[in-house]
Amino acid sequence: MIDVINEGWETLPIGGVIPEGGTSAAYKTGDWRGGGKRPLLNHSACVHCLHCWISCPDSAIEIQESKMLGFIYDHCKGCGICANECPPLVKAITMIAEEQFETTL
Amino acid sequence: MNRETQVLKTDAVTVEAEAAEAPPQPQRQLLALTGNEAVAEAIRQIDPHVCAAYPITPTTQIMQEVAQFIADGRMRAELVPCESEHSAMSACVGAGAAGARVMTATSANGLALMWEVLYIASGMRLPIVMAVGNRALSGPLNIHCDHSDSMGARDSGWIQFYAESVQEAYDNILQAVRIGEHPDVLLPVMCCMDGFLTTHTSENAEILDDAEVRDFLGKYRARYSLLDVDNPVTFGATDLPNAYTEHKYQQVEAMKKADAVIRAVCVEFGAKFGREHGMLEAYCMEDADTAIVVLSSTAGSVADMVDTLRAEGRKVGLLRPRVFRPFPAADVRAALQDLTAVTVLDRSHSFGADGGPLFTEVRTALFDAPHRPRVLGRVYGLGGRAITGGEIRALYDEIETDTAPTFRFVGVRE
Repeated sequence: MIDVINEGWETLPIGGVIPEGGTSAAYKTGDWRGGGKRPLLNHSACVHCLHCWISCPDSAIEIQESKMLGFIYDHCKGCGICANECPPLVKAITMIAEEQFETTL
Repeated sequence: MNRETQVLKTDAVTVEAEAAEAPPQPQRQLLALTGNEAVAEAIRQIDPHVCAAYPITPTTQIMQEVAQFIADGRMRAELVPCESEHSAMSACVGAGAAGARVMTATSANGLALMWEVLYIASGMRLPIVMAVGNRALSGPLNIHCDHSDSMGARDSGWIQFYAESVQEAYDNILQAVRIGEHPDVLLPVMCCMDGFLTTHTSENAEILDDAEVRDFLGKYRARYSLLDVDNPVTFGATDLPNAYTEHKYQQVEAMKKADAVIRAVCVEFGAKFGREHGMLEAYCMEDADTAIVVLSSTAGSVADMVDTLRAEGRKVGLLRPRVFRPFPAADVRAALQDLTAVTVLDRSHSFGADGGPLFTEVRTALFDAPHRPRVLGRVYGLGGRAITGGEIRALYDEIETDTAPTFRFVGVRE
């Protein structure tokens, strides 16, 4: 991947072009999480409807074989859409204050 | 347009007869064309992948003719008629990012409406070629020639040509494609000609053979293309303080390299087609004591007065930069440093500056010269006002006086 921060002008791709795909995976947008809260999954309540997965704007819902596993906090910006979209009778996702977690990401 | 068939029919017989022995000679035609018609011919011959445009006086005719060429099956280009110039340039940027060869045309307020996107085109390094018929910017509303439109865009990162004649307007468009697309350059190119004075004036112009234009240009292969699915790319991502400076510096270097590429393409064009335009045209400058520096069609009137004054025994000259971006500062310095005084004619003004844009550029170029002439700045021809032979003679007379002010408007009513 292009090292944008350290690449000199002669080797940096011109025009601000990113000459490869999938680079957003390496960009940890989780540190934008400024709302003070992050989502937490209650595994026993989750019915794996995947409403959260389809609604998440940052591809921060981790799934495997159509099962909801949890959140990719490296990319979660804490918008809370997942908690809002989780069906009212399920309510498996809760937004929790950041200080209750040990790590920042 | 049936001029082509008129000329071709007689020549075609000769070509058929000689076909057995010699390869066919290029069919060049000397035609009476307006600047708009000649540029449209160039675009037809280039046949870019995409043209996106919005009409505006005095360049409406260019894309109107392109539309006709497409309707007549003489071009394959995709013409995108847009709802504004902002959209037109945006469509050019989109097509350019897709890897297309792209062309458009505009003037004055149309160019102003493109402003934001001009910087995006150059910043994304898309070699879009745009014909500009220079026209005064409103307000007050005026449709006639001055250079306030393209001079305002001089810092937008586009290469800028200023054509004196219809022939040069045609030649510049062809060369612009080669220059902009050169791998060392990859910058958009603005080919300016004077609104009405060149866009609507018929002059003799030699139109090259379609095949030799194709050979001269070659095929364009974009460095990055959104349509190249095997090599996915992102255009237009956020560029934060940690890389924006490097991207801007790349544009500085590309402009520097454009200087060498323009010279090389001029030489190649001259060798192939017999017309070599340099970075600038020097007329009667070898032994000149004083000179006028001017862009575009006014150079014709000034050259005429130079002939008259030379016949009277006065050592006067004319310098006409053909390329304004990248500015050929070293050439201007070499041409002017041994003179006693120079008047720079600007067809636009930078309000609040010491003088017009060409004046400040020329004076800056001369600052490092060991000996430098006195440099006077004169703003003329705003909103299409004609400059007369008498006024040009008076300018040459004035250069020789010590009392001439450094800056003034020509012909402003007191």
